[in-house]
Amino acid sequence: MHEYSIIQSLVDSVAAAVGTRTGAVVHGVHVTIGELAGVDCTLLATAYDVFRPGTLCERAELTIDRTPARWECPRCRRAIERGAFLRCALCNEPAHLATGDEIMLQRIELEVA
Amino acid sequence: MCQDCGCGDVNLVPLELQTRILARNDDVAAHNRAHFRERGIFAINLMGSPGSGKTAVLEATARALRDGRNLAALAGDLATDNDAVRLERAGIRSRAITTGQACHLDAEMVHHELHHLDLTGIEYLFIENVGNLVCPAVYDLGQNVNVVALAVTEGEDKPLKYPTMFAKADLVLLTKMDLLPHLPNTNIAAIDDALARVMPEPRIIRFSAQERTGVVGWIEWLTSCRAALAGEMVGA
Repeated sequence: MHEYSIIQSLVDSVAAAVGTRTGAVVHGVHVTIGELAGVDCTLLATAYDVFRPGTLCERAELTIDRTPARWECPRCRRAIERGAFLRCALCNEPAHLATGDEIMLQRIELEVA
Repeated sequence: MCQDCGCGDVNLVPLELQTRILARNDDVAAHNRAHFRERGIFAINLMGSPGSGKTAVLEATARALRDGRNLAALAGDLATDNDAVRLERAGIRSRAITTGQACHLDAEMVHHELHHLDLTGIEYLFIENVGNLVCPAVYDLGQNVNVVALAVTEGEDKPLKYPTMFAKADLVLLTKMDLLPHLPNTNIAAIDDALARVMPEPRIIRFSAQERTGVVGWIEWLTSCRAALAGEMVGA
């Protein structure tokens, strides 16, 4: 259940981004979570709802974009088929994780005076 | 509010950030890593399920080296300092990190505990993570390598069920090999096959703390990794 500690870090990140904009109200928080990031999106959403009252994110909807894991050959860039050995059948290179391990705060939406 | 027509709609401005949510943890991890590098310490994040044999691996390591004088360990657990006590008894300078409810170690916990651990003469620091195959994989601690202990008793498809942990592993220690004769439905080739589907460069050492098999290969791997890192530092 590290999702709670990730939400704590998320709220801190939002606060840092809002910074000194006094009176700014956060209405939306958009995050990207990779399939192989080790984060459960349902638990993350629950943790956010539990955590947000009384914080800067109280009125902000959380939107979670899930990016699929994409392993590819670092040489020829061919994608490795899902569930296959993580090695390029043509180049014999160990695969590289191109996308799928992100735990990113993409953007926030602020109401400005 | 919208100032143009007085409609009452909220005027929203997007603020593009694209920041890592765990940036603060990653900064502390980088600090830990720099600290290890300055002291010539090779740090290993040892992860695995509860009961996968992580502590036994370290005890066997200390035994094989006759004494554990150049080894230190931080042992993370939800409760008790039992593992740190076991490691101390094996001759490894150790500290417990009791996490309470936290299911993983983070860089700050490691940083804090490092202040209480005498690292004089230490070449290898093992960070024995909380027994858990999910959460510890998410947090960088400042380690040089990730090692996962996977017991043969855990089932052939365990790597497929927990791909994130194994995708980040530099080495898998397949532990409790001495129990294999008692597991008629467990095929080692099936475990190797599963690992090759979740690890781009599967390195697997078959290990038994009980029968002391695999210990030599494990120590050779640690020694060569530390030497390679020292080489990089000289070359840098």
